[in-house]
Amino acid sequence: MAMTVHVDIVSAEAEIFSGLAEMVYAPASMGEMGIAPGHTPLLTSLKPGEVRVQLADGKEESFYVSGGMLEVQPKVVTVLSDTAVRADDLDEARALEARDKASQALKDQSTEMDYAKALADYAEATAQVQAIERLRKRAR
Amino acid sequence: MAVGREIRTKIGSVQNTQKITKAMEMVAASKMRKAQDRMKAARPYAQKMRNVVAHLANANSEYHHPYMLGREIKNVGLIIISTDRGLCGGLNANLFRMLVKQMKEWDGQGVGVKLSTIGSKAAGFFGRVGGDLIGQVSSLGDAPSMEELVGTVKVMLDAFEDGSVDQVYVVYNSFVNSMTQTPQLEQLLPIRSDGDDELRHHWDYIYEPDAKEVLDQLMIRYVESLVFQGVVENGACEQSARMVAMKSASDNAGKLIDELQLIYNKARQSAITQELSEIVSGAAAV
Repeated sequence: MAMTVHVDIVSAEAEIFSGLAEMVYAPASMGEMGIAPGHTPLLTSLKPGEVRVQLADGKEESFYVSGGMLEVQPKVVTVLSDTAVRADDLDEARALEARDKASQALKDQSTEMDYAKALADYAEATAQVQAIERLRKRAR
Repeated sequence: MAVGREIRTKIGSVQNTQKITKAMEMVAASKMRKAQDRMKAARPYAQKMRNVVAHLANANSEYHHPYMLGREIKNVGLIIISTDRGLCGGLNANLFRMLVKQMKEWDGQGVGVKLSTIGSKAAGFFGRVGGDLIGQVSSLGDAPSMEELVGTVKVMLDAFEDGSVDQVYVVYNSFVNSMTQTPQLEQLLPIRSDGDDELRHHWDYIYEPDAKEVLDQLMIRYVESLVFQGVVENGACEQSARMVAMKSASDNAGKLIDELQLIYNKARQSAITQELSEIVSGAAAV
């Protein structure tokens, strides 16, 4: 039997492929890469492109990835595929948006956490529940 | 007959409420199944990500990523995952109760807390009671995507990098089963290695193009994947908590209707009895 390596291709939103392969081809950031069983440990990022998996029975399956990470251990190859479109400036824009929303929410409130108020909030809610329960008991 | 008109309208309104809660229960039940599938689908990625990072912690790398190095704790950052909507029982309240307790403890130790919230319930809660909010995102919908979370996570990572927080936690409800959800506080940064020296072989990865660049990308994805996992798990919790809450609301409405019906029947019966006795006594007087 030919040498095989276990291949897992996963994305954050789904498991895409899991099985044995004779060879894996992946679009690494430095160029296309072929990985045979028993490859030395390697970690690299992937460019958008096609991951091809040569199965033990000689068939070939291919999957499109929009980027991600590739981890190689002698017996396991893991492709962590991205679902989000990544770019530094895009991430920065998203972070800015999150900050803006937070500062908007903060406009009419102090940044000091008011523990007394938080606890009073709970006391009020619990008191309401207790009052309702008492009322129900009386109704019986 | 005018007897018990108020009771009849009351029964009608409770019945209408029951219709609504029943409908919500069924909607939540079908959404719960989807949310659970989504949670299961997200698990392999988070699991694989954890494996890679665990391998990395054991590797003998020449470059130590800042996310792997601990430091003295003066400030902690919390990424709080809550639901966008209410009517899901005590799900959010339990989470916030645990949080407030934990935050008070930190406060007692002189540790500052910075918050980044996901979901409008957490934003609303900390808007009311105060708290140092540095990031916020809400209305993710039923099928949250990784893209929507990138911003809030990056805010926290930036804070960790510039030293304004020294530890980052994610807070969410973990899904035990459809009846039980438990609030969970999980440390994201610094990444804790197992400290198992036995496993520490003298090997390292080949990094392409170089260790720093690859690890930077990997670490961001690692944190994001854990937060995403928290979000989908919280989503499954939300639907199942809502289903249970709505089921008990429907049951309660049913009980209330039975009670009101009994009161109504009694009132009607006594009115009839009274009328009869009036007729009989009237006839006897003649």
